[in-house]
Amino acid sequence: MCLAVPMEIMSIEDNVAHVEVGGVKNQVRLDIIDEPPQVGDFVIVHAGFALRRIDREEGLETLKLFQEGLGLELIK
Amino acid sequence: MNLLNKFKDPELCLNILDQIKSEIQGEFRFMEVCGTHTVAIFQSGIRTLLPESIIHVSGPGCPVCVTHDREIASYLALAEKDLILATFGDLIKVPGPGGKNLKAAQAEGARIKIVYSAFDALKLALDHPQDKVVFLGVGFETTAPTVAATIKMAAEQGVRNFSVLSFHKLVPPALKALAADRDIQVDGLLLPGHVSTIIGLEPYRFLAEEYQVPSVIGGFEPLDILQAILIMIKQKNKGRPEVVNNYKRVVPDQGNAKAIETMYEVFRPADALWRGLGIIPGSGLAVAQRYEQFDAALVFDQELPQVDEIPGCKCGEVLKGLISPDQCPLFSTRCTPANPVGPCMVSTEGSCAAYHKYRL
Amino acid sequence: MPERIILDYGSGGKASQRLIKNLFMKHFANPGLNRMDDAALILDLQGPLSMSTDTFTVDPVFFPGGDIGSLAVHGTVNDVAMLGAVPKYISCAFILEEGLVMDDLERIVQSMARASSHAGVQIITGDTKVVPRGAVDKIFINTTGIGLVVADPAPSGHRAEPGDAILISGSMGDHGLAILSHRQGIAFETDVLSDSQALNHLILRLIREVGDIHVLRDPTRGGLATTLNEIAQQSDLEFIIDQELIPIKEAVEGGCSFLGLDPLYLANEGKFICILPESLATKALDIMRNDPAGQDAAFIGRVAEGRNGKVVLKTALGGHRLLDMLEGEQLPRIC
Repeated sequence: MCLAVPMEIMSIEDNVAHVEVGGVKNQVRLDIIDEPPQVGDFVIVHAGFALRRIDREEGLETLKLFQEGLGLELIK
Repeated sequence: MNLLNKFKDPELCLNILDQIKSEIQGEFRFMEVCGTHTVAIFQSGIRTLLPESIIHVSGPGCPVCVTHDREIASYLALAEKDLILATFGDLIKVPGPGGKNLKAAQAEGARIKIVYSAFDALKLALDHPQDKVVFLGVGFETTAPTVAATIKMAAEQGVRNFSVLSFHKLVPPALKALAADRDIQVDGLLLPGHVSTIIGLEPYRFLAEEYQVPSVIGGFEPLDILQAILIMIKQKNKGRPEVVNNYKRVVPDQGNAKAIETMYEVFRPADALWRGLGIIPGSGLAVAQRYEQFDAALVFDQELPQVDEIPGCKCGEVLKGLISPDQCPLFSTRCTPANPVGPCMVSTEGSCAAYHKYRL
Repeated sequence: MPERIILDYGSGGKASQRLIKNLFMKHFANPGLNRMDDAALILDLQGPLSMSTDTFTVDPVFFPGGDIGSLAVHGTVNDVAMLGAVPKYISCAFILEEGLVMDDLERIVQSMARASSHAGVQIITGDTKVVPRGAVDKIFINTTGIGLVVADPAPSGHRAEPGDAILISGSMGDHGLAILSHRQGIAFETDVLSDSQALNHLILRLIREVGDIHVLRDPTRGGLATTLNEIAQQSDLEFIIDQELIPIKEAVEGGCSFLGLDPLYLANEGKFICILPESLATKALDIMRNDPAGQDAAFIGRVAEGRNGKVVLKTALGGHRLLDMLEGEQLPRIC
């Protein structure tokens, strides 16, 4: 329903972040994100606005939850 | 980012698939509310990998699909006025009454611009001070705050030639209407990930508490979707329906307070018309009085015209998951992506279009 | 003030003569064109010929990796070559918008001259019209090409056979993404360049050194997915494509991700699909990969019998789905 993709923050000026995905650069607005992101964070972007900073730890938890007993190598 | 790629990892996915196969007991019918899930399930090939006893139906989760004929007629009428209509690409081909769409309106001389963001529509207004620019506001809770933030910017900058025709819709009231409909039988609901980023977990509680439907907020990568299906099946097996957030890297349980606040500063809840579901109280967003100079419905005195229903189109039943797209008599015969009758065939996320495009 | 094209240049009178002499003859000069007759005299083409025409309109006119001029030459040269032919001559007809900056036109003409020299073709006849402002968008170019067919039998969309290998000559979607990045309203920055290039030299090597090539086609508008569907329908066979094997640049994936587009439907202007017996696939790939025009060439799937006329995509997960034709144009979307 709502296409939103992760993009990495390269720099921030006021309410605009310069973001990158796979070498493609764009600008997104930070007007509605609740926690201010930092350079190097990944944010989830929808229609030109950052919605939220992606929580790496939570991502890892979600993976771990389903990996018990698999013996697969997790993210370094 | 290594982490995000893990959610596409075939080995992990096939492992979850094995777990699904060992957990499944009898038939399991789940509805994905969100059109992006619909497309992801088809595009990734998950549909052909799931056991046949898992039946997957698509719900009302594509803002283009649920846009009502009367709303389409309204913006098509607006497009004929002396203004620039800025819209997301999604709406360009959606047919209204008589099959007319924005593309046809453009061919007749309407000035229509495709934008990627509501903010780009505001820039268009600033770049064309002599013209009136109207942004076509569609979308759910994910999109509405971006439009609200844009209206606030327009207000702060004193922009006078920008307005929004708001047909935004809210997801929980529609889910309530679905859950209360006795015709609709689902064993689980895959809840929309990015709407949930904004609204959090709380607004869905009633699904488990009042209606005993296992419900999982899921992401859009193949692993996210398979995990969500597994959780729903496990809940059903245990007989303990819950609302689970399985997309925590993007969805905080409490939602995004700033986005919600921005949304309700600029908009107020209103009754809204949904294709297939009819009027749902409090399920839409109208521009709040404080920002009424940006309300295109007021500025251009725009009402919802009365229109005839499209004969034969079963989009409504498809959207409720009552029938699958290929059970509609028009499917792939009179109604194709080239000549769509209803929006479920024209939207990239529509379930009919997904059936037509991806199903073997 | 820059010099601009005025309606007089299309009048057929002295102003037209000046434009032809000072611009077109200056850059395109060759014995055929220099005769300045109403038609070009072709003396040296005997045997089966390949002929193709295409009209080029592109926004923006200058884009990363090329411009409408080089595109107009490459597009037609490639179409002629896809019949297993050596392109020899092309015509070009311009429709210019009143007010077009003369320096821009000269840049385009120079670019056409370079592209045709590199492709080894001569522009031997042409035409220029100037229309009032707004009647066209800056410049439209039509080119028609003719060449000598050297493959016997000539490759054709009808000739795919069960068991054939399906190869592509490089990464998909570069041109489409490069153009999109400069469209008004959806601007974003990328280093991706258009892949616009002439393919005839590589095609000739394949014909000469590999031999039995069943199908050659360049996946331009509509992208790989649409072109594969056309061939599957013409041959009335099933194509099974392995998604994992299709080369796509990370930046093309990236740009597509936030615009909601599918790289398999983006246009390519310097790539081709090659379908041939699987026993010849390795040799063909070696030749392609050793050529600057085919470095990222890849085996992407096979021709089979079954769901005839359809293209089936095997996904990364091992699932299968239909890969349909493009319907209308792809538009950036939010849902």
